[in-house]
Amino acid sequence: MTNALNRRGFLAAGAASAGALAAGSAKAANPFEPKEWGQFLGAGVDDEPYGTPSEYEAHVIRRNVPWLTADSVSSINFTPLADLEGFITPNGLHFERHHGGRAIVDPAEHRLMIHGLVDKPLVFSLDDLKRLPSISRFYFIECAANGGMEWRGAQLNGCQFTHGMVSCVQYTGVKLSTLMEMVGAKPNGKWVLAEGADAAGMNRSIPMEKIMDDCMIAWAQNGEALRPGQGYPMRLVVPGFEGNMWVKWIRRLEIGDMPWFAREETSKYTDLLEDGRARMFTWVQDCNSVITRPSPEKPWLDRKGFHMISGLAWSGRGSVKGVDISLDGGNNWIPADLEGPVMPKCLTRFNLPFDWQGQEMLIQSRAYDDTGYVQPTFAQNRAVRGVNSIYHNNSVHTWHIKPDGRVENVQLV
Amino acid sequence: MGLTGLFAIGLATAVSAQDYQRPSVSGIGAVAQPEQIAAWDIDVRPDGLGLPVGKGTAEEGEELFADRCAQCHGDFGEGVDRWPVLTGGHDSLTEDRPEKTVGSYWPYSSTLFDYINRAMPYGDAKTLTPDEVYALSAYILAENEIVERDQELNQDNFAQIEMPNRANFFADDRAVSEAYTERCMSNCKAEAVNIVSAAPELDVTPEE
Ligand code: HEC
Repeated sequence: MTNALNRRGFLAAGAASAGALAAGSAKAANPFEPKEWGQFLGAGVDDEPYGTPSEYEAHVIRRNVPWLTADSVSSINFTPLADLEGFITPNGLHFERHHGGRAIVDPAEHRLMIHGLVDKPLVFSLDDLKRLPSISRFYFIECAANGGMEWRGAQLNGCQFTHGMVSCVQYTGVKLSTLMEMVGAKPNGKWVLAEGADAAGMNRSIPMEKIMDDCMIAWAQNGEALRPGQGYPMRLVVPGFEGNMWVKWIRRLEIGDMPWFAREETSKYTDLLEDGRARMFTWVQDCNSVITRPSPEKPWLDRKGFHMISGLAWSGRGSVKGVDISLDGGNNWIPADLEGPVMPKCLTRFNLPFDWQGQEMLIQSRAYDDTGYVQPTFAQNRAVRGVNSIYHNNSVHTWHIKPDGRVENVQLV
Repeated sequence: MGLTGLFAIGLATAVSAQDYQRPSVSGIGAVAQPEQIAAWDIDVRPDGLGLPVGKGTAEEGEELFADRCAQCHGDFGEGVDRWPVLTGGHDSLTEDRPEKTVGSYWPYSSTLFDYINRAMPYGDAKTLTPDEVYALSAYILAENEIVERDQELNQDNFAQIEMPNRANFFADDRAVSEAYTERCMSNCKAEAVNIVSAAPELDVTPEE
């Protein structure tokens, strides 16, 4: 009883102070005055069986760009990279791209079938899969269209929108090599069609070599069941390859002797070049990086002095070997510090301490990976591809730091 | 009291460590039955594998398209508002604003059957009969001037349709054409850098 009363008092006071914050903090904060939370009791352990972020973090959310697509069902939302720490994406902030909406699948009514060029076609329930030897691995997933709005020039002012089609979680699941052994995939089965149970019936052809190398069927992300938006109850994990291939709500793997040339590997997810030819099977996500702080979302606004420049780098080919930072639009470069852990096909955080005295700057990050590949400039990418390829933009990105500390997305010549 | 009791039971049924043998994975999963496979195996390949028995012409598909597709894709596949355009765009791929459609871009006809059959109509997928998918595909192909309006398409000839843009696709060559390895560290720019575009000027970023 007293607990409930106190809780009400606390909640009312909390709402009032949140309102004051929103109104622009008319009254200056004084952390040293007595606070409601220091006087009244907080909530009990039974009010929130599944925890949620602090109400003061309500701005840290996925956002979408309504003008990108005809409707919000076959569309994408973006991870708020500027507000994230380390290299893990919290499950509720993982970007989503669906072609037929976020399917809600009842695991009791869901199966994974593996058939085609096999000795023994098998059907697995979620419970079946969970009995198999499992592994847990950290991988980034990036939509092939990440940065796709920037080909013709700087367009969206925020790293959430320029780079937020990338997320990184720890996946738990079974290696596909284990499942392929169980069904007895035949030697001429060089290709695998992965198909989703959703309204798009998403289907992609994947080379058997990749399937056997490091692909997984995952049922968990960051220690809990996949979220519906990431394919609950099970999804394909194709480390380093474009996100569209990581078929969600996966229900079928068919082994065959040639690719299927599905809509998502012909009409879409092919890269049109300037001469009218188009690349297909552009699976690997090339080495890429972005400075998340400072950024349009995290300006320095008249705060001269010490700052950490911080960001994320990744490569679908392997591990990030290093990241260089330029303050002058790419003329001179300073090696940044990698924070670690540095893992293959996983987001990697980099940092560089900086003493800012109000200079105008054009800051960039340029990552390179353990294959020796160095992230290219827009000029390099456009010289080969033109501006209509939509996908696989991994160009070095520029933030313009203004003398007042505001940050803008710009492009340079 | 309970503790000792539990212990006794545990010891009595335990396998001793010396007897332990690491088992291999077996006995998990059920054999997929032919009718289960048939219910789900809907994919169609460029060589025609997977095409179901059936037939249809553009003439037959026209009314069905008007009924179930045109509200989004337009009567002739020209696209309503921002919904996808399915026809036209011929010779536009090298233009400043290319229009990639079934006719101007798609390399294989089999993809059209496979996709309509699994994903369309948007919001009511997997409700078309094979004859309807043949007829709708024929209609879209005829509007793109790839087949005749009265030409019957069926399981035997569908995969043979030649798509005009087929030769323009090639496999990923980035490993060769984009092998960037130079990591310049100082005085990398021959000329002074200039800002050529700034996102705030466009003002298309979503507001809070
Ligand atoms: C309610 C709107 C709507 C209706 C009705 C609809 N479609 Fe679609 N169609 C879409 C959308 C949206 C997409 C793209 C989906 C995506 O983003 O993956 C699409 C994609 C397509 C494509 C692929 C286009 C491309 O370039 O990749 C074809 C072909 C197609 N539809 C055919 C049909 C046919 C045939 C019908 C009728 C049986 C139909 N559609 C009904 C909305 C619709």
